[in-house]
Amino acid sequence: MAHRAVPLARWPGSGAATLVGALILGALAAVALRAEPGQGLGAADWAAVRFTVLQAVLSALISVALAVPVARALARRRFAGRRALIALLGAPFILPVIVAVLGLLTVFGRAGWISTALGWLGLPPVQIYGLHGVVLAHVFFNLPLAARLILQGWQEIPAERFRLAAQLGAGPRDIWRLLERPMLVRVVPGAAAVIFAICLSSFAVALTLGGGPRATTIELAIYQAFRFDFDLGRAALLSCVQIALTVAAALVALRLGRGDGFGGGLERPVQRWDANTRGHRVLDGSLIALAATFLMLPLAAIVTSGAPGLAKLPPSVWQAALNSVLVALASTAALLGLAVPMAATIAAGRGGAVELAGLLGLAVSPLVIGTGLFVILNPLTDVFALALPITALVNAVMALPFAMRILVPRARQVVAQNGRLALSLDMRSTFFLLRVLLPRMRAQIGFAAGLAAALSMGDLGVIALFADPERATLPLQVYRLMGAYQMQAAAGAALLLLALSMALFWLLDRGGRGHVEA
Amino acid sequence: MRHLAFAAGFLLATSAGAQTPELTVYTYDSFVSEFGPGPKIEQAFEAQCDCDLKFVGAGDGAALLARLKLEGARTKADVVLGLDTSLIGTARDSGLFAPSNVSADYALPVAWDDPVFVPYDWGLFAFVHEVGLDAPASFRELAESDLKIVIQDPRSSTPGLGLLLWVKAAYGDEAPEIWSGLADNIVTVTKGWSESYGLFLNGEADMVLSYTTSPAYHRIAEGDDSKTAAIFEEGHYAQIEVAAKLAGSDQPELATQFLEFIGSDAFQSAVMTGNWMYPAIMPEGGLPDGFDTPLAAEQVLLLPSDQAAEVRDAALDEWLTALSR
Repeated sequence: MAHRAVPLARWPGSGAATLVGALILGALAAVALRAEPGQGLGAADWAAVRFTVLQAVLSALISVALAVPVARALARRRFAGRRALIALLGAPFILPVIVAVLGLLTVFGRAGWISTALGWLGLPPVQIYGLHGVVLAHVFFNLPLAARLILQGWQEIPAERFRLAAQLGAGPRDIWRLLERPMLVRVVPGAAAVIFAICLSSFAVALTLGGGPRATTIELAIYQAFRFDFDLGRAALLSCVQIALTVAAALVALRLGRGDGFGGGLERPVQRWDANTRGHRVLDGSLIALAATFLMLPLAAIVTSGAPGLAKLPPSVWQAALNSVLVALASTAALLGLAVPMAATIAAGRGGAVELAGLLGLAVSPLVIGTGLFVILNPLTDVFALALPITALVNAVMALPFAMRILVPRARQVVAQNGRLALSLDMRSTFFLLRVLLPRMRAQIGFAAGLAAALSMGDLGVIALFADPERATLPLQVYRLMGAYQMQAAAGAALLLLALSMALFWLLDRGGRGHVEA
Repeated sequence: MRHLAFAAGFLLATSAGAQTPELTVYTYDSFVSEFGPGPKIEQAFEAQCDCDLKFVGAGDGAALLARLKLEGARTKADVVLGLDTSLIGTARDSGLFAPSNVSADYALPVAWDDPVFVPYDWGLFAFVHEVGLDAPASFRELAESDLKIVIQDPRSSTPGLGLLLWVKAAYGDEAPEIWSGLADNIVTVTKGWSESYGLFLNGEADMVLSYTTSPAYHRIAEGDDSKTAAIFEEGHYAQIEVAAKLAGSDQPELATQFLEFIGSDAFQSAVMTGNWMYPAIMPEGGLPDGFDTPLAAEQVLLLPSDQAAEVRDAALDEWLTALSR
């Protein structure tokens, strides 16, 4: 990609990307170097790789395939509660795995709500355990994310295009052909690649919903290499396989998603004149209702099981909640410090390597990053004292791929629209960044910040490797309570976690939107 | 960045140490939660040692050992508490632990004479179910029944590994046959005990792999009599949990003092109703009301630690083969 005509310094983004790459690859190298001669990858590991790729491909394809009509319906309709619904769509994505699994099984399990209802009709219970169960769970987690990313694609089509289309008498089919399909061709591969990458590192969800060792993933194999065999070499090798798969997916996505955007408009709120027939309204309405039911039922299960426990939360839960919020805020600040310059550099052109660095955060297992950092830092300093800052940093790096998907398209659009003019005005890089680029990216920055904060809240990640009693985060505390038979308190703490994550997400996402229509 | 500075200041404030000697004990996560035995033990020991006892939670037993191997000689741990009989073999080979020669009048199902590893509690693996279920009395009966069970993955969970060794100790070469028989009873396999137990309480399965002492928790802490453990004719596999002193400890005397403290009534009572396991040394008042008396020694199975380490990999292969079909 050529340099674009824009007064934007490229070094801050390249610097941030180098930092991220060094952090992740350094951690991986530290694990590999610490390894004693081990066995290398066996047949069981390759079986795990095959299963992992299969479920990740299916999960990514099905998530985006379902997300397109849902996003289209949301883009075409305005209704009361639309914003709240879009915010709630973020919820599944940020749940700690154990909570989400129990919520999903309360709805879809053998003794779940649906099976019970089927039982009343004299029908057998749902058979949820198997590859389809794994995919169902991953779609539950990722459909909302895909819908949000794709919806954003719709929002980046300038209002003037729809106005022009309406004036020319274009129907839904013409709009699909001329505006929507080209937009999707650019947006969907990136969204699918991110979901593929997340599903590559699935472990507990895949094992539990998959019904047993048939559903062994790479991440489980890494875990086994660590704690069952203490074979660090094999863990590092498996991590390299994960990286290779993620990079391959990213390259495919970058190639497929190439192409120019729609250029700019006057940034007026979008109005739609198409698809206003009764049939279209019913279709969109049912799609939205279906998706909302699918996503909200497990959340409702979490709320109903957690509500009784809320009254008896032990003090440690509140301490953990405070830790989690602080980590989430620090992590969000770190994320923006990395992601905004990187997005600006990519928008200014020549950002291929920066883009790859942005995806690495998802490619490496948190266990490997955590262990690598541990190996590096342990001789130098007190890692326990650094537990929370390290967690915040790693969480930021892991949220980076999502932030990039959110920020980059908009940054490109702003640069394409204003770059030449700014150059002709002899604008300086800082000025362009502060007065032109950032104000126009407010909504995207808010969304990325909200997602990063919520992800960090829900992530167990590396804290488990470093934690002592005072520095637990909320997800870790949920696990500890469950481990001590305190299922009700754990359910209450999980509900608190859900509420706090949603609140942070809502505040940051809303804060970014200001007066702009979501 | 202000948040980061705030967080850092917050951390420094909590970690500012005093001049009293500090004893660092690595243990598993559930031990340190306020419902676990950790807080009571910390209070009782600090009252007599004039020291600061610091528990550090790190995953579970196997994760603890991996962690100590990773830290090697540089570890800050003085004592590790939470390894079990299936890990002792590998732990011994690591050379990380030093003898403390602590011993006591143990109430264990096997004779114990080990200068390095000090037992602090023990339990028996069992399938827990609702009272009123027509429970099987052996693995074969379970395999023939339509009952659904949920178990843990031996690669990521200590009880999961315990079940693997249980079947191996009871059936030896016939273990693969037992596992193929059980395959259609297993609803799912979870990463850890918590997920399994949560699923069982939600009604996903009729029975869950846990301990014979789990029903005591429901009876004592929740006043709930509805759970019981199925007793199998083959006998039940034991898990003896142990503590040990690190060879590289900078507080060796204090570490030994702590290992001796394990025998005290204060420690043992905290473990019974915090860890929900049998005491390694029977405290003065005996077992609390609500605890069933442990099974007789002839009903207890336990592979010697060196043998457990030997059969582990082969047993895992058999398990994977039977359940991957």
